[in-house]
Amino acid sequence: MIFFWAFVIGGFICVIGQIMFDVFKLSPGHTLSILVVSGAILDGLGLYEPLIDFAGAGATVPITSFGNSLVHGAMQEAEKHGIIGVITGMFEVTSSGISAAIIFGFIGALLFKPKG
Amino acid sequence: MADKKKKNLPPNAQDYQDSQDKREVKRPILKNCIKAFLVGGFICFIGQLISTFYIYYFDFTEQTAGNPTTATLIFITMLLTGFGVYDRIGQFAGAGSAVPVTGFGNAVISAAIEHRTEGFVLGVGGNMFKLAGSVILFGVFSAFVVALIKTIILTWGGL
Repeated sequence: MIFFWAFVIGGFICVIGQIMFDVFKLSPGHTLSILVVSGAILDGLGLYEPLIDFAGAGATVPITSFGNSLVHGAMQEAEKHGIIGVITGMFEVTSSGISAAIIFGFIGALLFKPKG
Repeated sequence: MADKKKKNLPPNAQDYQDSQDKREVKRPILKNCIKAFLVGGFICFIGQLISTFYIYYFDFTEQTAGNPTTATLIFITMLLTGFGVYDRIGQFAGAGSAVPVTGFGNAVISAAIEHRTEGFVLGVGGNMFKLAGSVILFGVFSAFVVALIKTIILTWGGL
């Protein structure tokens, strides 16, 4: 069942992005930034975690989860170390996305040649 | 805003603007949304397959499985971007391929490959986050503000 909800919720978040593209005529950069910020705010309100429990990858794969996991890492450290933890813990949870992007980006640049 | 722009133009340019507005091809919004829904949903479905695999074989939970899933998806994106397949998917799906984390990966990887000819330090290193940088900037800054407010409320608000 979680596969079905992953498909529906993930698709639904992409439709929101598509509406921002087409109806509000925003660039992809603006759209993705807005989605990341809204993910961070949703996690601040405590709404994103229930969505992950409900939809699994439907909530963790869209870029909104990037904002969510940034807030999550910051809050985890903040519980231990107070205000300082907000800065030190920021990338604790989300490190895999950025490190994977950097590592595979560089490997890709080594392996592939630009086209055209 | 469009009206303000029009007033400053000479009359024949206004006519041109009017006829351009009439002839501008309307974007097929509904069709694009359905495409974005199907492709985006499909990518999340594959993500769910991968995270189920990690939950059963590597002891991750539903909450933590997102991390290795993200890394795996970005690895797949590297191959698709390198062989030029991801661009085709992007043309078809629009936001369906941009909004999932694979779109973030594609932005980084395609920028890295594209600027390879300018050298690895200045080209690849300097331009890698050209497109994806805004996502990181606004993600980190908004997360900082949200976490700061939440910490202050939890510490001094006594909730």
